[in-house]
Amino acid sequence: MKKYTHSIIKRMLFILLCASMPSFSFSQTLNDGIFMPKNNFCGGFLLMQDKFENYWEGTTQRNNLNMGTMTMNGIGVMANYGISDNLNVIASVPFVKTQASAGVMAGMSGFQDLTVALKYKALKMNDLSANIIVGGSIPTSDYVAAYPLAIGNQSKTAFGRAMLHYLNSKGFTATAQGMYTLRSNIKIDATNYYTDKNVFSDEVAIADVANFSFRTGYYTHRIAGEAYIEQTKTLGGFDIRRNDMMFPAANKMIATRVGFTGFYRIKPLHDLQVVANVAYTLSGRNVGQATSVALGFMMAFDWRKKAVTESK
Amino acid sequence: MKKLNNNITYFFICAAVITVFTLGCNKDITEVGSDWQALSVTKIDTTASNWKPCVITANDVFNIAVPDATNSAAYQKELADVKTALANQTAAQKEIIRYWSAGAVLRWNEIMRALVAKYNLPPQDSAGVYPIPSAANPFAYPQFPFSNPPYAARSYAYVSVAQYDALVAAYKLKMQYKRPAPYKVDAGLTPSVPKTDLPSYPSEDAVIATATFEVIKNLFPTEIDFLTKKAEECRRYKYWAGAATASDIAAGDSLGKAVAAKIMARARTDNMSLAVGNQAKWDSLANRPTFARTVNGKETLIADRSWYSEETPKRPPMLPFFGNVKAWFFAKAADVRMPAPPLSTAPEIQDQVKELYEITSNLTREQMQIALFWADGVGTQTPPGHWNAIACGYFQPLQMSEVRTARNLALLNMALMDAAITCWDIKNTYYFLRPSNFDKRIKTITGLPNFPGYTSGHSTFSGAAATFLSYLLPSEKSKLEDMAKDASVSRQYGGIHLRIDCEVGLQSGQKIGQLAIDRAKTDGVD
Repeated sequence: MKKYTHSIIKRMLFILLCASMPSFSFSQTLNDGIFMPKNNFCGGFLLMQDKFENYWEGTTQRNNLNMGTMTMNGIGVMANYGISDNLNVIASVPFVKTQASAGVMAGMSGFQDLTVALKYKALKMNDLSANIIVGGSIPTSDYVAAYPLAIGNQSKTAFGRAMLHYLNSKGFTATAQGMYTLRSNIKIDATNYYTDKNVFSDEVAIADVANFSFRTGYYTHRIAGEAYIEQTKTLGGFDIRRNDMMFPAANKMIATRVGFTGFYRIKPLHDLQVVANVAYTLSGRNVGQATSVALGFMMAFDWRKKAVTESK
Repeated sequence: MKKLNNNITYFFICAAVITVFTLGCNKDITEVGSDWQALSVTKIDTTASNWKPCVITANDVFNIAVPDATNSAAYQKELADVKTALANQTAAQKEIIRYWSAGAVLRWNEIMRALVAKYNLPPQDSAGVYPIPSAANPFAYPQFPFSNPPYAARSYAYVSVAQYDALVAAYKLKMQYKRPAPYKVDAGLTPSVPKTDLPSYPSEDAVIATATFEVIKNLFPTEIDFLTKKAEECRRYKYWAGAATASDIAAGDSLGKAVAAKIMARARTDNMSLAVGNQAKWDSLANRPTFARTVNGKETLIADRSWYSEETPKRPPMLPFFGNVKAWFFAKAADVRMPAPPLSTAPEIQDQVKELYEITSNLTREQMQIALFWADGVGTQTPPGHWNAIACGYFQPLQMSEVRTARNLALLNMALMDAAITCWDIKNTYYFLRPSNFDKRIKTITGLPNFPGYTSGHSTFSGAAATFLSYLLPSEKSKLEDMAKDASVSRQYGGIHLRIDCEVGLQSGQKIGQLAIDRAKTDGVD
């Protein structure tokens, strides 16, 4: 019980990252190695903000006085359910809103993509476990995809992730993982577009994405913290040309980010979980140098106990 | 254990379903035009030798060698070479033949639209100053050209006119010498492109290739290597295909050069070089007394406020003197200029600003789709290119002769260039504000063009193109008019034009389209 409550909090990172708009950061992350027990449910929401002023046009860092600071605010809802002690299902959907502080370009808002994933504990040896996660995402609305301030890219995805997770009895934890995301082509509202060449089509090829991360920290029942570094890169795509518009859906994107996640359980509020995350993009290509902050609240329910009580 | 197995099974079934669902998944993109079949012309338009060209005149004599007779030893040698080439077609040549046989005029139009998209990028400022692309130093930053809509319209026009005029000149020689195609001389020769009864000297593909190359290399000078390769393929593909001899091609090449020289003589003296202006001229535009301006020789109150750049740092207006470029269908832009808009304080205008704020604050997804579909901004073929794409989409299935396609595209692109001329004249005469100049709350979902609002360029281009294409394709009239209306109103949804900019722009364009129709009725074609 103590163990899985940590996982609840950590799971919120998943929402944080999957909600991020592509021009700010990308990737969907199911980070933790801990499972909800059978018939346990956890739900909550997360407030998040990504913002950047500088971005990389290809490999050249610049700002843009006609955009100023670009900001994405979002709220995500998520749910996690233990099908069994070794198999969890996780779902989330965010609502996001974008804006630019300078110039005349309108921001966008709307529900982004629904992500559903299954997490399976493949192996457990003492303090070490190996987990496999598979899932996918689909857009939940017909939001605009080809736009510098788009809230998403309309691509349907399927992803697989392998994770090695260590947690010892003293609370020290370390996790290494690798993930591959398949992404489908998209249709845009135009008859031609330019990548590294002109294309006479409304269909845009969207490159697959690879993600690697390492995280380490310390868990106790009441309070915990974890630092991480991750790199995400598209396996294809093209550079933004000098002074061209961003095309987040189809650009070649690389981002190396560091971050820290802290969480706390508030005892008087039935162990309501509070999670806070900060992250910063150290280096990148065709992405914003984003600073991300998030604050989430989660509650866990043990439906198994309730069911047992009622049946009595 | 059984439960665990069930879980595993469930898990992998889900994984498989998600994967298959997501990825019916092939990242290859099928482009428009990639499936065009070889052009098979039913009506070869032998009368084209008498059609009226655009720049060259009846007095222009092009000295092209008299062709050898088909029974001469020289021709027989050429014929043998053609047969050898045909028998030894390489895979690369087969692909070149497949590509170009769809029609050289259509393929060059496509190539040019791709080049416009590639070069349609505004320069970035350096320490507050925007560098001007220089034809004299095209490889340096900023790249030359910046193929914005007026530049693009003019480019499409000169290339299309060169192709049409060169083909008319070629038809004169074809009809004069009547030398048949190799497969007509030698019945044992089966070409790998559709046969035609059209005489083959000079080769129309060679004449199109060279005329195009000699014009387009001036418009996109950094692309010289790419264009040289494309022109060589276009010239030679019918030789490899068994449908043209070396002397057919050589004659086409010479004629193409000679005609292109006439076209370029016009292009070099059409005032384009003055269209950019300089700081003093930009200042004089912005600093005109705003309460009285001379319009059509009369002192008139036409504006109480002036357009200003909303870019940071402020960017000079795009080609503000393009209105002085030499037009095709009118003597000077003042002759077709639309009336001045009301003053910015007029209730009518203030109401339209409010209206636009309401529209842009409550955009539907459908309105966004229209705005983005017709945006044709940075990195695209521009609105004139979009209308060329629409025209090619209609023309390709009609399997018209090359000369007819060239003539239709020439008139379309002359109209689009004239639309740019009148629109830029109107913009810089009245210097009318953009919606966000009026009301800072108005946001845009397309790039805010850096020049005055009245009248809308998209509306003018679209009015001209739809009007002229409706003349060529009467059964498509209502569809074309709907497209033009969408393109026009898209600029209101985009938040960058008031209603009056769009409505008057559409009318202005329709007027130009009618001038193109008037010309089409007298060029001996229809």
